[in-house]
Amino acid sequence: MSDHSQSVSITERVSTVVTGASVIAIHFLKDKVAFVLAEEAVLLLAPDQDVPQRVALHEGGILASAGDGTRIVTGGDDGKVVEIDAAGTTRTVFTDPKGKWVDQIALGNDGAVAWSAGKVAQVATRKGDVKSVELRSTVGGLAFLPKGFRLAIAHYNGASLWFPNAQAKPEFLEWKGSHLGITVSPDGRFIVTTMQEPMLHGWRLVDAKHMRMSGYATRVRSMQWTANGDYLATGGSDQLILWPFSGKDGPMGKQPKLLAPHGKKLVIVACHPTQPVVAAGYEDGMVLLVRIEDGAEVLVHSAELNVPVTALGWSGDGNQLAFACEDRVAGVVDLA
Amino acid sequence: MSDKKTPVTVLTGYLGAGKTTLLNRILSEQHGKKYAVIVNEFGEIGIDNDLIVDADEEVFEMNNGCVCCTVRGDLIRIIEGLMRRKGKFDAIIVETTGLADPAPVAQTFFVDEEVGKKTRLDAVVTVADAKWLKDRLKDAPEAKNQIAFADVILVNKADLVSEADLEDVEARIRGINPYAKLHRTTRSAIALDQVLDRNAFDLDRILDLEPEFLHGDGHAHDHDHHHHDHDHNHDHHHGHDHHHDHGHHHHGVKHYHDEEMQSLSLKTDKPLSPDKFFPWIQNLVAEDGPAILRSKGILSFKDDPDRFVFQGVHMILDGDHQRPWKDDEKRESRLVFIGRHLPEEKIRTGFESCIA
Repeated sequence: MSDHSQSVSITERVSTVVTGASVIAIHFLKDKVAFVLAEEAVLLLAPDQDVPQRVALHEGGILASAGDGTRIVTGGDDGKVVEIDAAGTTRTVFTDPKGKWVDQIALGNDGAVAWSAGKVAQVATRKGDVKSVELRSTVGGLAFLPKGFRLAIAHYNGASLWFPNAQAKPEFLEWKGSHLGITVSPDGRFIVTTMQEPMLHGWRLVDAKHMRMSGYATRVRSMQWTANGDYLATGGSDQLILWPFSGKDGPMGKQPKLLAPHGKKLVIVACHPTQPVVAAGYEDGMVLLVRIEDGAEVLVHSAELNVPVTALGWSGDGNQLAFACEDRVAGVVDLA
Repeated sequence: MSDKKTPVTVLTGYLGAGKTTLLNRILSEQHGKKYAVIVNEFGEIGIDNDLIVDADEEVFEMNNGCVCCTVRGDLIRIIEGLMRRKGKFDAIIVETTGLADPAPVAQTFFVDEEVGKKTRLDAVVTVADAKWLKDRLKDAPEAKNQIAFADVILVNKADLVSEADLEDVEARIRGINPYAKLHRTTRSAIALDQVLDRNAFDLDRILDLEPEFLHGDGHAHDHDHHHHDHDHNHDHHHGHDHHHDHGHHHHGVKHYHDEEMQSLSLKTDKPLSPDKFFPWIQNLVAEDGPAILRSKGILSFKDDPDRFVFQGVHMILDGDHQRPWKDDEKRESRLVFIGRHLPEEKIRTGFESCIA
């Protein structure tokens, strides 16, 4: 339990945004902040504006989103995959014929989009070719590998690696249990999943060697690689957990770095795009910037309201951080 | 966050028993409520205003070393998605397939922290076919699980069988699960408050562990209806004084003993030692969890002014101090188990060793 009264605070520099609805994700679209709402729409906030522009995307709940700075792609319980750009122009990428929930979305470096509904994962290339694969059970998470046109898919009892352009069956990485989220290290060497149990599971791709990362208080719902890929930052505990991945064995046989203890659960992490700094959002509404090197903390939003942080997002240049808390409180802070 | 939890009703029943008919009734009745319904196939249902979600009924084992600790992963996902639309519906109904075991559904609500935070399991409602249930109990283990698990059972298609047959099938049900509330129905017609918002899994409502030996809807609850004599320590619902495999009348109610699935009830008026009880019950469900479908208890601990209540599904236990014992209340501890080939002597001896 650290005493944050000693910490540096930049809470006064936060400009408050009224979202009027729950926010599930924050992405930046060029110079705009996009708050993806839990239902129907996205709010686009342009610089020097106080009132965001509301753009409708789905008829119903929005279940997943991904952004690459120039576009956001969302999946909804209306069975649709919708893309929106910085100008607010939308395009329906895909509509599930049976209206199944589209609850996973990933974007590739080359403009590809991946989504899943139930057991079926699909990929649309930039040109619009759509490929699909059926997994053994419902897809828990999707992530593109950094190189090659390849998708990592989490599901029951492991993960699959799929080349959408190949005829071959996806390569199966087995580990018992329900795998939910999935991420690939920036160098493409490791794959890590979050599990239903309070732990992460990882594989080193070169030899499929297993890594078990446990010790969490609860199920991990947020993980992200630091800018240089040295660490995987995660929530799920009452402090920031950073698993070291710089060595060739990743975190095998190593202890994670533990920073920013707070006594309340850390729910969301967002790594600065260029610096070794992590934004951490806690279940009581507190948002901290944490410097990995020395654990220095800067308070962005206090725990005053005692409602969980639901989303965090960095601008591409790392000069702005936006956050949202349950009960419709959101803010943007300029760090430049 | 302080909103009250959304109730979840689980609808089970063997193929053709009348589950979908019940669901359609719930959805079409003028009750002014909106339901989110989780079904396995978009079928004949589909009512405006209600949210119908297609599920895949995917069960997985938790990595905690217990084979009986299975969970519906798809439900976790769907409920999380639904809870984002808070305020759009009042309650959730989960319809399982006819061949489903209710345990993974129930366990999902205890195992996943977020699901447990936002929703509460209200009751397991089982629709049984009055005509065919007896056959299914012989050849379909799923049907037996569904009866054993239920909080409310509809003995449906009651118009298609004679009164004697109805009594017989009810006695069969009681032989497995004496605690569920039974209702005779025709075309699944029943007052909705008898199946919804029952709070059967609410620890606060684990008040009365007396078996439900009256048929009908329980209005005629005359409490001089002692179905059989208790000895001073425990009564047992599959007592050996009962003839096996053929019914007989006992104070007007038929009794059957099911060879496989039974209930076991334990009672003592001597205070228990918490230091003995908790290790015992945890060890019991760890060892015999696969056999124990459901457990419930009200406990009186030595030097503890509060009633302690608990319930369990296989090896998962949930318990809490409920409220102080009242002055005029008999301080006794009661435990019930419903399960398959329950190790009765082991459980009895173990329970007695927990007396302070």
